[in-house]
Amino acid sequence: MESTEKKIEDIRQMAKRMRLKALDMALKSGKKGSHLGGAFSCMEILACLYGEVMNIHANNPTAADRDRFIASKAHCVLAYYTALYEKGFISEEELETFQENGTYFGAHPYKSARHGIEYTGGSLGMGLSLGVGMALDAKMKKRENHVYILIGDGEIQEGSNWEAIMSAAQFQLNHLTLIVDKNKLQYYGQTSQVMNIDPLTDKLKAFGWEADMVDGHDIPQLLNVLKKETKKPHAVIADTIKGKGVSFMENEREWHHSVLTKEQYETATEEVRNKPIC
Amino acid sequence: MLEINSRNIRTWSMMGQRGAALIIALSELASARKDIMVVTADLSLGSGLERYKIAFPEQFVDVGIAEQNMIGVAAGLAKEGNCVFTTTYAPFASMRCYEQIRNNLGVNEFNVKIIGFSSGVAMGAGGSCHHAIEDIAIMRSIPKMIVLSPADALETIKMIEEVSKTDRPAYIRLTGNLNCPVVYKEDFEYKIGKANILRTGERVALIAAGTMVNEAIRTSKLLEEKGISSTVVDMHTIKPIDKEVIDKLTKEHELIVTVEEHNIIGGLGSAVAEYLSTKETHTRQLFIGFNDIFPKMGDYNYLLKEYGLYAETICSRVIENLEKRA
Repeated sequence: MESTEKKIEDIRQMAKRMRLKALDMALKSGKKGSHLGGAFSCMEILACLYGEVMNIHANNPTAADRDRFIASKAHCVLAYYTALYEKGFISEEELETFQENGTYFGAHPYKSARHGIEYTGGSLGMGLSLGVGMALDAKMKKRENHVYILIGDGEIQEGSNWEAIMSAAQFQLNHLTLIVDKNKLQYYGQTSQVMNIDPLTDKLKAFGWEADMVDGHDIPQLLNVLKKETKKPHAVIADTIKGKGVSFMENEREWHHSVLTKEQYETATEEVRNKPIC
Repeated sequence: MLEINSRNIRTWSMMGQRGAALIIALSELASARKDIMVVTADLSLGSGLERYKIAFPEQFVDVGIAEQNMIGVAAGLAKEGNCVFTTTYAPFASMRCYEQIRNNLGVNEFNVKIIGFSSGVAMGAGGSCHHAIEDIAIMRSIPKMIVLSPADALETIKMIEEVSKTDRPAYIRLTGNLNCPVVYKEDFEYKIGKANILRTGERVALIAAGTMVNEAIRTSKLLEEKGISSTVVDMHTIKPIDKEVIDKLTKEHELIVTVEEHNIIGGLGSAVAEYLSTKETHTRQLFIGFNDIFPKMGDYNYLLKEYGLYAETICSRVIENLEKRA
């Protein structure tokens, strides 16, 4: 029990360090700006996956039995790169090059096996089909590895997702987990107002998936659901807050992509250091 | 190992390029290599894939009528080390899922080969939605994508075998219907990127791809009857184009004629012209193809005749061009 609590605290601290590192990177990006809002909504998700759930190691990044992660909501790089940094896939010096000319580490991820980045993404609605193919290969070859796909709730408006959702159920891919970062905001405004996607859990169940809704910032809930074994493809609808952890960013549409000033940086880091997330 | 003899060549040509690809070539590959996978979008019945599906159930995936997912799933399978072929009609294979192709095969370089069958106007009365006269243009504009179009059934089989040996993504454009004309009457050497010179002449060089290669041969014979000597080239690889053969043709001929069952914008003719125009002196070019229009509906052969993709018409246009320039 004690060790479980310690693990939860470790992940909580990991997510905190990831947020602080992300703020450093956002500040250094200057007027280029960065996607802080959608990264902060999935910090706990990435921290749980990389800190505990996934079988993946920087010293053997292409191991056949590694778990696979695809950031279909590819603009979440401030969470993705910082998780990979925490796990030793990306060095401090490499993170320093974020969004600089000629970098490997741009506003969307660029495939690089040694950095643990499986896919060059950025166009919404593509990751889940890829995950279906990867999970199908594992099933056919009787490998035990798991495939995790992270998408945004606005992203699920892309019809290609629903083609993939149908096929995952048809192929009975119970080693495939779709995590929806449901922060309820997309580029133009509230997802429910732009194009409503709810009731998402019911829809996924109707498509033949097992679907669970959790608080996407609650580490024990996330760990519990991400480790759950299912007989069907598994959807985790993570109820999150865009910009979570920094009061002036939370639920604010403009922090989808924005410039962080020095003053805002100071306030934000102060809050992240001192305010509990959940 | 397939036996290439005149009897088999006749049988394969009766199946057309699609049958040769889906019934013969893919089965041959799948029986030799367990990493060969075929992904289709509800197009096994009637396309020849039924037999493949029964013989190789572990190497076959049907995603239903969902071409975007077909490419995504194929990419995922390729990412895990498989050599994946996708198949459906050319317009759906190339256009419905273009961005998936661009990102997964192009940007991510996954080892997927797209077979787009019944391309050009082979679907005849099916109309514009089932025709594909833009696929070469859009596929070759994806960086590093290989674009192939075989002249007959035997070349289709050899091409698929060869393309399976590379881990590069490719688009294989199959043209024509059942009973496609035989261009290669016996076994021959096939190499991606190396065009085949089928007839050698002097004044005119006819460069064709797909089923238009046979029309180019017929055109060459008609020109010969009129005392005009011509060369015929099967440019089966549209990308990367065979620059060496174009250099040779431009030195030795006074007119280059490109013949394609495709819009004249962006296709084989454009690919040839892009290279030709970089030369200090180059031979002039006559583009034969659909002249930036959507063809109307009708039987395949009716459409080819109606739009001048027919040896008699091509011959007249060549003579007219030569006379005008004389």
